[in-house]
Amino acid sequence: MRRKAIIEKTAGIIFFICAGAAIFAVSAITLYMIIKGTSALQEVGVSDLLFGIVWKPTAEPPSYGIGYIILSSLIGTGAAIITGVPIGVLSAVFLSEIAGKKPGDLVRNAVELLAAIPSVIYGLIGMMVLNPLMYALEKKIYEGDSEHVYTGGANMLSAVIVLSIMILPTVISVSTSSLKAVPDNLRAASLALGATKEQTIFKTVIPAAKSGILTGVVLGIGRALGEAMAINMVAGGAVNIPLPFNSVRTLTTQIVSEMGYASGLHRQVLYTVGLVLYVFIMIVNFILLKARKGGIKDDNR
Amino acid sequence: MTTGKRKVIDAITRTTICLSAAFSVLLLAGIVIYVFSKGSKSVNWSFLTSVTSVLNGTVGIAGNIVNTLFIIVITMIIATPIGVGSAIYLNEYAKPGKMVTRIEYATETLSGIPSIIFGLFGMMFFGEKLGLGYSLLTGSLTLIMMVLPLMTRNTQEALKTVPEAYRNGAIGLGSGKWHMIRTILLPSAMPGIITGTILAIGRIVGESAALLFTAGSAKLLPKGFAGLLAKPFQSGGTLTIQMYLSATSEGDFDTAFGIAVVLIVIVLGINLATKALTKRFDVTRKE
Repeated sequence: MRRKAIIEKTAGIIFFICAGAAIFAVSAITLYMIIKGTSALQEVGVSDLLFGIVWKPTAEPPSYGIGYIILSSLIGTGAAIITGVPIGVLSAVFLSEIAGKKPGDLVRNAVELLAAIPSVIYGLIGMMVLNPLMYALEKKIYEGDSEHVYTGGANMLSAVIVLSIMILPTVISVSTSSLKAVPDNLRAASLALGATKEQTIFKTVIPAAKSGILTGVVLGIGRALGEAMAINMVAGGAVNIPLPFNSVRTLTTQIVSEMGYASGLHRQVLYTVGLVLYVFIMIVNFILLKARKGGIKDDNR
Repeated sequence: MTTGKRKVIDAITRTTICLSAAFSVLLLAGIVIYVFSKGSKSVNWSFLTSVTSVLNGTVGIAGNIVNTLFIIVITMIIATPIGVGSAIYLNEYAKPGKMVTRIEYATETLSGIPSIIFGLFGMMFFGEKLGLGYSLLTGSLTLIMMVLPLMTRNTQEALKTVPEAYRNGAIGLGSGKWHMIRTILLPSAMPGIITGTILAIGRIVGESAALLFTAGSAKLLPKGFAGLLAKPFQSGGTLTIQMYLSATSEGDFDTAFGIAVVLIVIVLGINLATKALTKRFDVTRKE
């Protein structure tokens, strides 16, 4: 009997340790990002580093302003959300309100596969298809403009298009489940009052599913902020003010493209870039947590 | 508003909705067709079984396939027990309270962290602090943290579907809790656990940002049994990393598209496998 009790006790402890692994991982990552990321802040100066706009890490004297990099990440994410969310929400409407079994299954499977395609493939296709298109457009727009630095199509606009495609699966799947959770009597009431199906969708169903759709949008923001490889392949390689036809660096691509060779203070600044990204992601996570909690409260009301 | 005008607006709305939904389907079809048309000519037996070498005049990704397999095996051997154990604790042992909230919040947070941050941390901690350098082991340790939430959540979902009566029955017959978990719960939850494992493997195969600065980019095949044993401590690029390098610094688009074909085939296979499992065992899954 005693042996059995010991085994039971050990099993419980082992499972507890396994569960603690997630807490341990998050704490370790947070601690490391803060410790490694703050040293450059002290050395370069907080405002010079975060709001400086000149990035010349190898010049003499070097300049480590990541202002444009932060701005590119924020604007790129914002623009991707603005273009991606309407398509995503409308697709979700199709899946939950309109589609029959066969078309619904087709779209659902396609979305699932889009989510599973590795980001380097999006990057490769962006490089081969999107960038030449953008280059043609660029040549048309800036014809005769001697000031413009040609990017060969690797620019902000390409990055935004790739990002808005990459957030689609997230937005679609979260929005679809929140639309499906809207009770049918709301739809029936609206239809009975003489509203058409389309009016019902936009005036009744979408407002009722608002908080779930917003959760999908916030998740999309997190994905767009954190995407690295695909953007690195299509957005060009220079730090610039984020205009549509400028080649840009975002927080993620800055790390991907320079971590390989950076050393000394340059490397520490890249850790700070990581820390800035981490802070943004933690804000997104915090909003998600609040949104989920709020959702639970609504259900109990 | 007149009925006629309303009808027109409704028709336009409906068309827009259908077009949005069609976009995903057309996009996927476009991606698959484009990749296959560009890459299928690179993929043949020698592409899959040899290593790119100017000296021998061969082009191939065998080394990257072996590296990818190494990373999958090492990561899953460690991540599966921890993820399953964590789910068992949360579902079977823990009483609702602060600790559970904290663990669940940590799991949630972990799943929201972008892979480049995992890569950065893996490089700083496993690579530099623990001195593992650029190695398959560093890459695997980094990926364990990344797939952990996936394993935990899928196992939790699977455990929730096991009827309470099974647990009560086993305990009532005098079985200990561990015995009940081992002989009743885990076998019943197995399809869900396997689904989680397959999804995690899919994540690993597609991952690149977390591996670039942890696992490195070497592509040679290990030599002999000793080489195989030493491989986890050496640098090794997976398929995605090689594809990234081929498309950017190496400018070898034939190889890049060839790898893209292989990756899409793997992704399709994984998708079909999880579908079949989900259908057959009626398990819910979470991505």
